[in-house]
Amino acid sequence: MADEPAVEAIGLEKSYGQVRVLAGIDLSVPRGSVFSLLGPNGAGKTTTVRILSTLVRADAGRVRVAGFDVVRDRRAVRRRISLTGQYAALDGEQTGEENLRMTARLSGLSRREARERAAELLERFDLTGAARRRVDTYSGGMRRRLDIAASLVGRPEVVFLDEPTTGLDPRSRQAMWDLVASLAGSGTTVFLTTQYLEEADRLADRVTLLDAGRVVAEGAPADLKRRVADRRLDLTLVDPAAYARTAERLGDTAVLRDPDRLLLGVPTDGSAAHVRALLDGVDPDRDTVDRFAVYEATLDDVFLALTGRTAARRTDGAPAENAATTAPAATAREETTRV
Amino acid sequence: MSDTTAPRAAAPGALTRGLANALTMAARCTRLSARNLDALLTSLILPVLLMLVFVYLFGGAIDTGTAYVTYVVPGVLVLCAGYGAATTAVGVSGDMAEGVVDRFRSLDVGGTSVLAGHVVASVARNAVATAAVFAVAFLIGFRPDASPAGWAAAVGVLAAYVVAFSWLSAAIGLLAESPEAASGFTFFVLFLPYPSSAFVPVDTMPGWMHGFAENQPVTHVIEALRGLLLDEPVGSAPWLALIWCGGLLVVSVAASAVLFRRRTA
Repeated sequence: MADEPAVEAIGLEKSYGQVRVLAGIDLSVPRGSVFSLLGPNGAGKTTTVRILSTLVRADAGRVRVAGFDVVRDRRAVRRRISLTGQYAALDGEQTGEENLRMTARLSGLSRREARERAAELLERFDLTGAARRRVDTYSGGMRRRLDIAASLVGRPEVVFLDEPTTGLDPRSRQAMWDLVASLAGSGTTVFLTTQYLEEADRLADRVTLLDAGRVVAEGAPADLKRRVADRRLDLTLVDPAAYARTAERLGDTAVLRDPDRLLLGVPTDGSAAHVRALLDGVDPDRDTVDRFAVYEATLDDVFLALTGRTAARRTDGAPAENAATTAPAATAREETTRV
Repeated sequence: MSDTTAPRAAAPGALTRGLANALTMAARCTRLSARNLDALLTSLILPVLLMLVFVYLFGGAIDTGTAYVTYVVPGVLVLCAGYGAATTAVGVSGDMAEGVVDRFRSLDVGGTSVLAGHVVASVARNAVATAAVFAVAFLIGFRPDASPAGWAAAVGVLAAYVVAFSWLSAAIGLLAESPEAASGFTFFVLFLPYPSSAFVPVDTMPGWMHGFAENQPVTHVIEALRGLLLDEPVGSAPWLALIWCGGLLVVSVAASAVLFRRRTA
């Protein structure tokens, strides 16, 4: 059954006490693809991953991973997958090499195979120099790399990465992205969760947007973006009065509203004719729009359009450091401050 | 959906695999113990200090009919072993609190293998601590008269006590919400030898306590050790000690298997 999806979930539900974490989720991930589950904190991403990776049982629904049922054939699934969570599953008081060799032995490799596999992974993850140091002394990025290296010891078919770049500095984040790309290149199915739209956009073949335990959209990043608009025309108005007037005129067509910066965004296809027509429509007397700019739509726009709120807050197109520390839930009802 | 993909690793029997995993876990826990210098020193120094306190500070006032050092060493050995075994609870609880247990579970390492690793490390720690207590005991005048068979039997009883209490501690470690809470259990085990014949003869205690003090497991273990090391008649003490330890072990292994599953469900 080579064409069976690597991950297939139907009708997943999970509650913890009174809290309904997952309210019926369907997912399908083709083999060899990179799949991203995108959503704000508390959307249910981690719970989903823990169910798919056999660590938690769903209240309802059916899941098959790598061709096996996660409840009935739990062991078969476990032999074919790996999970790297948000918190490193490592012994701080063992060295990097010892952690990898231990993991290899527990995956059923012989002593010699374990030693070779550990050396190979340390090399691949650029940790050879730190191999004999205790993990306690590693930086956050090194620890995350070692954690992923440990999860690859058993050559899994499906790799689950739960927020692999949360808390990493930009350089480590880039290294992680390269790593995911190389995993995908070697035919491994990668299932990653993220709260960063840019990350999903860059890495994933398919994205599912999760919000409050429900799937709100799914598709290739490009398709999703097209559902809102290919591009966005951002207008900077001359004064608050002009802003109010224009905002009223645009009504629901405005996908971005930022009164503090007198900024309004409307969808466009980016053609000169369309932009000119939009400008003429918004500003017939040529006295309300100060400046304009055309932007590529991002998954942020998709999320905003579908849920009425932003998934994550960024200051610009770069992987913003404050994005890592700003809880998206806290910014839920705010409008974007992006320019 | 038959298994059409090639098997990635030979899938040996569950028991063989469980045993291999337990050995790997034992190597891990022993290594972690050896690197946790604070805990290691405490488990070495505490029993030695207690022995010195009993022999030199209290011993003069206690009449046991023999040299007090001879009387008290088996008690200190059991105290030391109990304390060392109880620290297993802290290690197990720490594993459960950290992400590393998810790694073991996703590798399909069973709870019994994980805990067995901790118990083996506990036995190793206690072997070192026991050797230290014996060494100091010799220095201050402890002279056992045991035959080689007596020595072997004494070591066997002590090992059974360490294994049983280590596994009981592992179960407690699974129950505890945090390593700090788990460490509270070490105090309980540390005090268990006091209402026994470890430090003073039971007949010097109040009458209402005799029932407990004469029949609790620690008393049987101590009576067995004392008799075997001093080459005196032991009666049924070694057997009673082994029955206690065996029963405790069976209950602890079963309980911890259930607790592990529940903690990680």
